[in-house]
Amino acid sequence: MLDLINVDYDTIIPNNVGLSSDKRVLKALEKWHPGYINWWNDLIPRQFQESLVYLRTAVSVDPKGWAKFDYVKMPEYRWGILLAPQVEDRRIPCGEHAGEPAWQEVPGEYRAMLRRLIVIQGDTEPASVEQQRHLGLTAPSLYDMRNLFQVNVEEGRHLWAMVYLLQKYFGADGREEADDLLRRSSGSEEAPRMLGAFNEATPDWLSFFMFTYFTDRDGKMQLESLAQSGFDPLSRTCRFMLTEEAHHMFVGETGVGRIVQRTCEAMKEAGIEDPYDIQAVRNLGVIDLPTIQKKLNLHYSLSLDLFGSEVSTNAANAFNAGVKGRYQEVKLEDDHQLKDATYPVVQLVEGKVVRSEVPALSAINMRLRDDYVNDAAGGVKRWNAQIAKIGVPFEMTLPHPGFHRNIGVFAQTRMTPEGTIISEAEWESRKDEWLPTKADGDFIQSLMVPCWEPGKYAGWIAPPRVGIDNKPGDFEYVQLHMA
Amino acid sequence: MNAPVKQHLIDPEICIRCHTCEEACPIGAITHDDNNVVVDASSCNFCMDCIAPCPTGSIDNWRVVTAPYSVDEQLSWTELPAQEDLAAETAASDTTAEALDDAVAALLAEAHAGAGGAARAPKSAARPTVNLYSSAKPAVATVQGNYRLTSDNADSDVRHIILDLGGQHFPVLEGQSVGIAPPGADANGKPHRMRLYSISSPRDGERPNTNNLSLTVKREEQGVCSNFLCDLERGAKVNLTGPFGSTFLLPENHDARLIMICTGTGSAPFRGFTMRRQRSAPDLTEKMMLFFGARTPESLPYFGPLKKVPENVLAKHFAFSRVTGSTKQYVQDRMRTESDRIADALKDEHTHVYVCGLKAMESGVEEAFRDIARGVGLDWKAVRDQMREEGRYHVETY
Repeated sequence: MLDLINVDYDTIIPNNVGLSSDKRVLKALEKWHPGYINWWNDLIPRQFQESLVYLRTAVSVDPKGWAKFDYVKMPEYRWGILLAPQVEDRRIPCGEHAGEPAWQEVPGEYRAMLRRLIVIQGDTEPASVEQQRHLGLTAPSLYDMRNLFQVNVEEGRHLWAMVYLLQKYFGADGREEADDLLRRSSGSEEAPRMLGAFNEATPDWLSFFMFTYFTDRDGKMQLESLAQSGFDPLSRTCRFMLTEEAHHMFVGETGVGRIVQRTCEAMKEAGIEDPYDIQAVRNLGVIDLPTIQKKLNLHYSLSLDLFGSEVSTNAANAFNAGVKGRYQEVKLEDDHQLKDATYPVVQLVEGKVVRSEVPALSAINMRLRDDYVNDAAGGVKRWNAQIAKIGVPFEMTLPHPGFHRNIGVFAQTRMTPEGTIISEAEWESRKDEWLPTKADGDFIQSLMVPCWEPGKYAGWIAPPRVGIDNKPGDFEYVQLHMA
Repeated sequence: MNAPVKQHLIDPEICIRCHTCEEACPIGAITHDDNNVVVDASSCNFCMDCIAPCPTGSIDNWRVVTAPYSVDEQLSWTELPAQEDLAAETAASDTTAEALDDAVAALLAEAHAGAGGAARAPKSAARPTVNLYSSAKPAVATVQGNYRLTSDNADSDVRHIILDLGGQHFPVLEGQSVGIAPPGADANGKPHRMRLYSISSPRDGERPNTNNLSLTVKREEQGVCSNFLCDLERGAKVNLTGPFGSTFLLPENHDARLIMICTGTGSAPFRGFTMRRQRSAPDLTEKMMLFFGARTPESLPYFGPLKKVPENVLAKHFAFSRVTGSTKQYVQDRMRTESDRIADALKDEHTHVYVCGLKAMESGVEEAFRDIARGVGLDWKAVRDQMREEGRYHVETY
């Protein structure tokens, strides 16, 4: 019998989808594989490729087997195709087909829509690895370096997951799309990645943590809605990816939290009471809280753009088709078709922000973005609890969703982080108060010096409270290859 | 007063509210509000499904409590409460669980009692997994081999039984045990109780990267479980629970010197220790001593394979009590003839001592240690207690 829980390591591609008996797809993937390995090898600096990194690999997709920790050289990481176990008699959870058996094959009428969604999701995965490729060189500790690489190899695996769906279910054009995922490149002039935020640089570790906190959280919400898809293989793929995505959320939240903590501690030690005495705080070799807030403003607003227009026909069609659901669709209590429901959507009316009710079906993006805002607020609350515990008078805040936007209703206006609409001239004169400047970036960059001794941390970030896999504080998370 | 119970808690200061644990829990024992994610003590059955998926480590928190914290209480927390200061006799139960099953925990506590105080794992030991499988939800192993270790004319039948775990995830460390209950019922119609057996293979299997483990089992005349195991044929299925044990473990640190003292099937964990070291640090020499007692060479398990381990890797000292024409010798006698080396090792902070075998061997071994220590001006009890506190003195006897 086909073993669909435990991972098959017989083929070069570990999988729990019975690849060894699916010769066509196996062949297609094996053909794609060298290109992927080349992409990976060209990307990550050589010394890290040769290093032994304490990574987790899934040996099965049930809760007990999916986090097996050991030292691995990254190019030897077993990127595989892992789908969450099939739920018996799963039904399409939403839209006009709600209640019908979930599709095990792509329904012809939604083929183009599904392919597009999978390609967009797939495009973000390698993009973030590209954006983060240089960070290893300035890692503030071996612990952080290990976390970076864990995020990177799992983003790589998520690319595999999407490529598998393309190869398995979309024939020749799926193969073409899979090749294009390796052809496009973050920040490239001729073939950039598809979404804006994935062409921005990730120049320093604060940016990395903000990116994993805010931008990967958009990824999480997109995966959540695809996990509700009526196309079962996509749903199962995304459900397993979400388990891994939680680690990326963890890296972001604790990364920012540890920077905030170190700053507050350093201020206390030096007797600095005013968090806005930026130069005094920077002289301590830590990142001042107002600059951290500016970085938050930037990454949050870029991430909100990823949700698209508040009112969207595409999103309505995808929901109605049952191709994409809402966050936690199966736990919601309504008709799952949104026949008569309305949803409050922000709009600009005569220079004022108002919320007005529109058909809920057209407001799917807005709703997911609201869920995202709630989810993102949790970590900010916990960072503030840390700041308060140390006794520094400062609070981080999420800016108004209309601040610094390029997509949706707010793209046409300028707004302060508090949500006051301002003129273009005022925006130009004040934007450096709210968004990181080149000088801010240069300062952060000046702190980015590697700290690679086991158990040691750069001076601007606090050690974690718990080790990965409960390892002791001086555990050597990366055995560096120093040739 | 209620008997103290172990309660599973989530650290709200470390948890990132990703709710992965909640998704993983098969019985809905984990819930959340806007503030916290919490485990309902009245439903949690310690299946441990939530542990591995947690990205933060916040899930792996335990308190021994007289009355469990309610869900509402936990939802209001901003940090974990400290461990209650329970009465001395209950505090000895320690928060590093050897097993979460009371019966198994009691068996292990009894086996470890000879160390004279609460057992602790070596500082550099790998972190063990315990209680992945319970009798309600056992792992099913297939017998891959069942070989007699003692020669045909020996007076005991000790067997090396290899159990294949197929695709099941059953992570073990050398020194851990598994639980086996023979099928069927006793004279009162109750299911047979579970027995613990030390694993005698290293963590990566009999051969590297094989998902199997081996046990060393002696056939006892009236032993229901030992006869069941010793008679198993290749291909037969056995239900396993565990793994159990979180203190009788191998230090990962290669500076650690090991003195291993055993009789009979007490050699099982030391086979695992030796094989692990040979695999993980093949060039390591002069770090392991073995004192092994049996009636005769023919009845000493693994006598043949042991002799093949180079003396500079493992210094072997056999003591035989029934060899015709020779004086009776017990492990403590062999220890005394090596007193200089043992005394030297006792002064070294890297030395770890392990005693494993029948309860009857404890007093003789203790006495030998006391005499050897006294000979170099050391107080054995103080040395032993310090070593035990530092996770360097381990006893497992039955």
